[in-house]
Amino acid sequence: MSDIRSTWANRVSDRGILYLFLLPTFGLLLFLVVFPLIWSLYLSFCEYSANAAKPPIFTGIQNYGSLFREKEVWDRFVTTGRFVFLAVVMEFFLGFFIAMLLNREFYGKGVLTTLFILPMMFSPAVVGKFFRFMMDANWGIINYILGVLFRIPKIAWTTSYEYALYSVVITDVWIWTPFMVLLSLAGLSSVPRYLYEAADVDRASGWFKFRYITLPYVAPILILAVLFRTMDAFRFFDVVYVLTDGGPGYATQIIPFYIYKLAFSFWRTGRSCALAYILLIIIIALSNIYITYLNRLRRA
Amino acid sequence: MVVLVVMLCIYLFPIYWMFSTATKSKVEAFALPPKWVWKPQIDNFRNIFYAGAGGALGRVRGIEVKPQPSAFLRQLSNSVVVSFVSTILATFLGALSGYVFSRMRVRGKDDLLFVILSSRMLPPVAIAIPLVMMYRALGLFDTRFGLIIMYTVFNLAFAVWMMRSFVDDIPPEYEEAALVDGYSRFQAFFKFVFPEMRVGMVATAIFSLIMTWNEFTFSLLLTGEQARTAVPSIAHSLGTAGVNWGHIAAGSFLMVLPVVVFTFLLGGNLIRGFTFGAIKE
Repeated sequence: MSDIRSTWANRVSDRGILYLFLLPTFGLLLFLVVFPLIWSLYLSFCEYSANAAKPPIFTGIQNYGSLFREKEVWDRFVTTGRFVFLAVVMEFFLGFFIAMLLNREFYGKGVLTTLFILPMMFSPAVVGKFFRFMMDANWGIINYILGVLFRIPKIAWTTSYEYALYSVVITDVWIWTPFMVLLSLAGLSSVPRYLYEAADVDRASGWFKFRYITLPYVAPILILAVLFRTMDAFRFFDVVYVLTDGGPGYATQIIPFYIYKLAFSFWRTGRSCALAYILLIIIIALSNIYITYLNRLRRA
Repeated sequence: MVVLVVMLCIYLFPIYWMFSTATKSKVEAFALPPKWVWKPQIDNFRNIFYAGAGGALGRVRGIEVKPQPSAFLRQLSNSVVVSFVSTILATFLGALSGYVFSRMRVRGKDDLLFVILSSRMLPPVAIAIPLVMMYRALGLFDTRFGLIIMYTVFNLAFAVWMMRSFVDDIPPEYEEAALVDGYSRFQAFFKFVFPEMRVGMVATAIFSLIMTWNEFTFSLLLTGEQARTAVPSIAHSLGTAGVNWGHIAAGSFLMVLPVVVFTFLLGGNLIRGFTFGAIKE
């Protein structure tokens, strides 16, 4: 035993381990997340342009005030809201439907499920880029198929005011429906089989079984899924960048993209920091609900 | 069942189309009605690795044009280096912190965990401006090292939560027995608990690897010529007219292929990863 005790490792106390193990994590977080956040909070109260030689001038809440007054900022919030709502609702129903179909025993279930999961694992930027190719008005495959099957005239998916937002929504739905499938499946498989058997004995209707057996078991996990997707949709950026570049006009400039434009195209650093903070508060509020919910599920 | 297969076919059509565009010639790729039968060729996959690709290779006006490695090759190697190094770092540090959060009493534990996870939820553009300024001031801009530490932080939040849930599954008797035997906590951890965390670390690492490999925004904002990874460079050739879509499809397909393999490796751990360890299958 003496050889073990003589090493330096033995002299590290429990407290010591705690600090030793947590230090790198929190050091990195402080350096690359907390510090930039504080800095951008300061900048959000300043009139400042990062590419000008002038230092930041403190202007108080002027940036926030002007953001709330301007119509074009509100328009972008409305666009963001429409995008988030449309995408999450479509993903929810489509994902739950696919999960219901997958929720039975058959040969090759695992492989089939994983195939449905795949799009979620791909890089959204790469997917968005390729969807731009497929959605091209003139030679895109999507218009061609729609034309052959349903005789729909060619649609300018990514370049028209009417359809650009839908093209973004469709791409997001393609990427993230698997998430809903995955979580719905987890919920569905948690329903005890004997409940259905008991209901069969009582000759309960299919609707009754769904409403009073399936739904109560699946609901908590579905709420979690919807919360997560909502939160994530608010930070959606890559696909807009590659698919429509915010256009036409600002038809698809959702808030994260607008922040990017303000910061790196218009160089209105102070203003972009203020908008980033408004978005941050929305996301932190949502993630607070999400994490509380997550912890509750974890303990259950 | 039939419905399911039909839906799967519709659903996976874009992946098939990516593959077909990548293996078609330029004329075939744009043909309408599309060619459903074609002679697969690997030109696009070869050409993305050479500069001046798209016909400039071989003899041009009697002068031998030697193939030069293209920027894509460098970007792809950046992707590999950056994702592997940051994944290893994040998984290891996440394992340490996850252990502490699972086993020890930490003051304000829930708040700390909340802060950690929140950092993962942040929209990258929200901290991008000060980060870019900071990176330029410190000379980290456009370096692999700068990108590696950013991705390490980005994955760390995930790794901490994930590893905590895996450590929760390991019976505490392991290290208790070791402590009774006279090992210090430190030794007990590395000799007995750490090896038990293997499975969890592999799952966490695969997830981190995929996320880093796919990441777009930080790489777009924090790098320029030198350290840029492959995803933003594929995405960055904007516009539809003068773009060689065969090359883009080939590049995209190369990016997507390893992800398919890794997703199948993850199997049952997928749901755990996406709920940060809260739901286990």
